[in-house]
Amino acid sequence: MMNTWIYARNLVVGLWIVFKRTFTKPVTVQYPEEQPYLPPRWRGRIVLTRDPDGEERCVACYLCSAACPVDCISLQAADNPEAHERRYPAFFRINFSRCIYCGMCEEACPTNAIQLIPDFEQSEYARRNLVYEKEDLLISGTGKYHDYNFYRMAGVRTRDKDKGQGEHELPPVDVKSLMP
Amino acid sequence: MIDWSHTALTIAVILGSCLTLAGMLIWVERRLLGMWQERYGPNRLGPGGCLQSLADMIKIFTKEDWIPPFADKAVFVITPAIVVITALMSFAVIPIAPNFVVADLNVGVLFFLAMSSLAAYSVIIGGWASNNKFAFLGSLRAIAQLLSYEVFMGVSLMGAVILAGSFKLSDIVNAQQHQWFVIPQFLGFLGFFMAGLAEAHRTPFDMPEAEAELVAGYHSEYSGMKFGMFFVGEYLSILLLSAMTVILFFGGWHGPWLPPVVWFGLKMFGFIALIILIRAAWPRYRFDQLLSFGWKVVMPLALINLLVTGGVVLWRAG
Repeated sequence: MMNTWIYARNLVVGLWIVFKRTFTKPVTVQYPEEQPYLPPRWRGRIVLTRDPDGEERCVACYLCSAACPVDCISLQAADNPEAHERRYPAFFRINFSRCIYCGMCEEACPTNAIQLIPDFEQSEYARRNLVYEKEDLLISGTGKYHDYNFYRMAGVRTRDKDKGQGEHELPPVDVKSLMP
Repeated sequence: MIDWSHTALTIAVILGSCLTLAGMLIWVERRLLGMWQERYGPNRLGPGGCLQSLADMIKIFTKEDWIPPFADKAVFVITPAIVVITALMSFAVIPIAPNFVVADLNVGVLFFLAMSSLAAYSVIIGGWASNNKFAFLGSLRAIAQLLSYEVFMGVSLMGAVILAGSFKLSDIVNAQQHQWFVIPQFLGFLGFFMAGLAEAHRTPFDMPEAEAELVAGYHSEYSGMKFGMFFVGEYLSILLLSAMTVILFFGGWHGPWLPPVVWFGLKMFGFIALIILIRAAWPRYRFDQLLSFGWKVVMPLALINLLVTGGVVLWRAG
């Protein structure tokens, strides 16, 4: 008998609690008119960035492709004879219908070339339109890392500097002169 | 002498408004559910989304209307029509305002009960004709539920009939000019309302179409506009339940200042909102709980209510 009253009271209390929601504002974001706030590190569409000098950052090391858990990145390396045989991707293709936006490629990238940006509006009517080629991926800016330039940091020879002339870099050691 | 033009006009108005309201109710329910679940619900098409039902209708008309090859075709096709026809027939006896009723039968209450029993057939044969185990289980449950709740639906509204001394719905309304029957007949109101929820297959008694366990219950195999008819029938029976509750227990069209039709509409909308609120708030009963609740709790209460009401009326009459 006691239980019956408790159940009856609980039913009415439940009704009242739901009814009170009449006076609260919905939590819905009315999407197309009202854009949600996306944090700067939000993992959305993938882009290929350029270094501050305007050169492609990608050195075609295949690490992003290897790290990708769904194998959606495919690229082919080529050498650029004009810039000390520097490697660059001859093609770079991301199949966004496979991509899971995990950001592994961004973590794997040694040159900060591949980056995920806060943009998720990639809907297409045809699936083939979700395959992005290099010209679709490449942007003109530096993305999230404005000052980073791999070839200024790395101890390799480039068009305008020799080994040992990079930033924070000591002159190369002549291994043959080192005596024990 | 029946005034045919007046009757025809009333039929046209009631039929038109019932079907329109049933369509609009789908949108109203979704908006209200949204409001109570802290979201918006359909708000895109038309002002506040009120043309949503139209869009749904266009969609449902252009869907493939598939009849399963294993179904009993004739029965399968006729069932959705029975749902809507029985629900609409009941509106014939509903007095919306003085002199605004299609047929003010002097057995109006019995006619309403008869029609709601007929509606049970559509559920039963719909599940049977589908020849599908989920539909069949749904209709088995529906049979047990509707038969049990039919009984005390009749018993619990007898109190109001005794107090008014008439089966005629307009007499019942007129008897409530000074005091609504919900006050002396509170138990009767509770019993009737619960039975009505069970008749209309609404939460917490929507066992015949429990989505979580039975796909969609007795209308699992229905598609296209046939499914739409079941839907319209469900909303018509919500309208009917609210209208009957208002007439039997809440004074029908009586009310100060406003015209009778407006009072009727307002009260009816209050009950529609309550039914939707119940759907938003309460879980579904388990089936054995449903039946034992019906037979062991509501039925005795309804009988006691009937007995006491009859006794008091006889005692007062001397």
